[in-house]
Amino acid sequence: MKSLRGTWAIGVNTFTELVRMKVFYFLLIFALLIIGGSAFVAKLSFQEQFQMLKDISLGAMSVFTSLLAILATANFLPKDMEDRTIYTILAKPVPRFSYLLGKLIGIFLLLALSILLMAGLFLAVLWIQERGVLAETRAQLQGGPAEDLALALKEVAASTFNANLFPGIAIILVKSALLAALTLFLSTFASSGLFAILMAVAIYFIGHLQATAREYWLAGGDISWWARGLAAAVALVFPDLQAFNFVDDVIAGVAVPAGLFLQIVALGGLYVAVYFSLAAMVFAGREL
Amino acid sequence: MIWRRIVAAALLAAFGAAVLPFQERISAEAKAAHFRSTALDLDLREQIGQMGFLAALSGFRSPLAAFLWIEAHTAWENTEWGRMAGLFSTVTTLQPRSLLYWDMAAWHMAWNASVAAMQDPKQPSEALRIRAQRQYFNLGKDFLERGIRNNPDRYQLYLQLGVLLRDKLEDHSGAAAAFLRPSELPDAPAYCRRFAGYEMANCPGREREAYDFLKALYLQGEKQRLPTLINLLHEMEKKLDLPASERLALP
Repeated sequence: MKSLRGTWAIGVNTFTELVRMKVFYFLLIFALLIIGGSAFVAKLSFQEQFQMLKDISLGAMSVFTSLLAILATANFLPKDMEDRTIYTILAKPVPRFSYLLGKLIGIFLLLALSILLMAGLFLAVLWIQERGVLAETRAQLQGGPAEDLALALKEVAASTFNANLFPGIAIILVKSALLAALTLFLSTFASSGLFAILMAVAIYFIGHLQATAREYWLAGGDISWWARGLAAAVALVFPDLQAFNFVDDVIAGVAVPAGLFLQIVALGGLYVAVYFSLAAMVFAGREL
Repeated sequence: MIWRRIVAAALLAAFGAAVLPFQERISAEAKAAHFRSTALDLDLREQIGQMGFLAALSGFRSPLAAFLWIEAHTAWENTEWGRMAGLFSTVTTLQPRSLLYWDMAAWHMAWNASVAAMQDPKQPSEALRIRAQRQYFNLGKDFLERGIRNNPDRYQLYLQLGVLLRDKLEDHSGAAAAFLRPSELPDAPAYCRRFAGYEMANCPGREREAYDFLKALYLQGEKQRLPTLINLLHEMEKKLDLPASERLALP
């Protein structure tokens, strides 16, 4: 219980530290991007405007949370060592495992809050735009048949809010949590923060090709042994990040089946647990 | 320290092997639910360049598609029809499940570009202008057909194809088939079947089939008994010269 309290305290402290680093300034860029973007696409039809808004906002959410997860996590261990705060913490009866878990909890809190704020901002802009288009439609069809008006309003509503946006956003959060755990694992043996960042970014790109490598490997066929070995290595060592890329199709109106959504979340949780366990194992043997 | 890293790498590979069936299952279920239907191949690589392809591979297909769509809109303002067609092709490849992109691409080609081609002041030959117009109609049709192949479970593009075949290519038989195909799909509006019947009535030699089809719709109840349907039934009864016993008691 005491250990849990200590872990939570480290988590909250990490979160506070990150907030003080003014990481939320990126939200300003996000706001500028979606509000500015909305103004830029104002000349398009309302369906196009909503589509652009969703494309840009959800894409930006995915980029920002991935970057935040990698950049914020990669610097923890090197920075704590440089500041010597790690020695102060570990000199107390705090297991290394708890220290790492606390750091990860702090990052998760930051990621969750960031995505909540971005989603809130995005939904607010979408809602304001929807109100505008609905009012415009009502004014245009005033005096016409009530059925036509109802149909037009239904079409506007169908182009804006879609319940599938929420699982799409939740999967972005799961993916960023996975990236944070992965970067934490990398930083336990990385010689510097920069090295961990570069490694994590490289894995990010390779991870998106993992599914292709896996298919290539499992399909067999007429391929050389070394190409097969390489594909197998990619499939076994790297995470399948394509599995978390749902948002592109969600924007296009594809519904996420509940079973599939739960499996994705479970896969993300599994990756987080494994990367964290490996990070704890390597960190336990690290000379400080 | 070093042995811990070796053990960690071995454990990572072991985990990768253990999770493989789970990943495969998710991948299969995602494909069955129409996710990840984008073909990220060399054709797309050529269309969007190296950086664009990297972005598409990294999960940024939708922002990239949005960016290219805005570029296509600018091309429209400059009436660069050829460039627009190329950009639309890329956008629809990036987001094949987005109905809006297929629909708008087809509309721009079959309605806007075709009219511009017909009114092209630089082309004095009417025959060549008509040829160019037909080419844009067919380009619009091609967008819709490809869109349908990527979204066979949604009714909207079938309807648009029916409209294009009816209004632009005057292929009433094709239009009837296009309107009829989505009628079994979920959420398809009731007018799909009516439109199919109206088009059937325009096909020489299919008048009796069209009459029976429209009559069956009429007998479904008040919801289908719209003035156009009733007028068409009146006309067809006259055209087919049906005996009074076979005629409907139309208002």
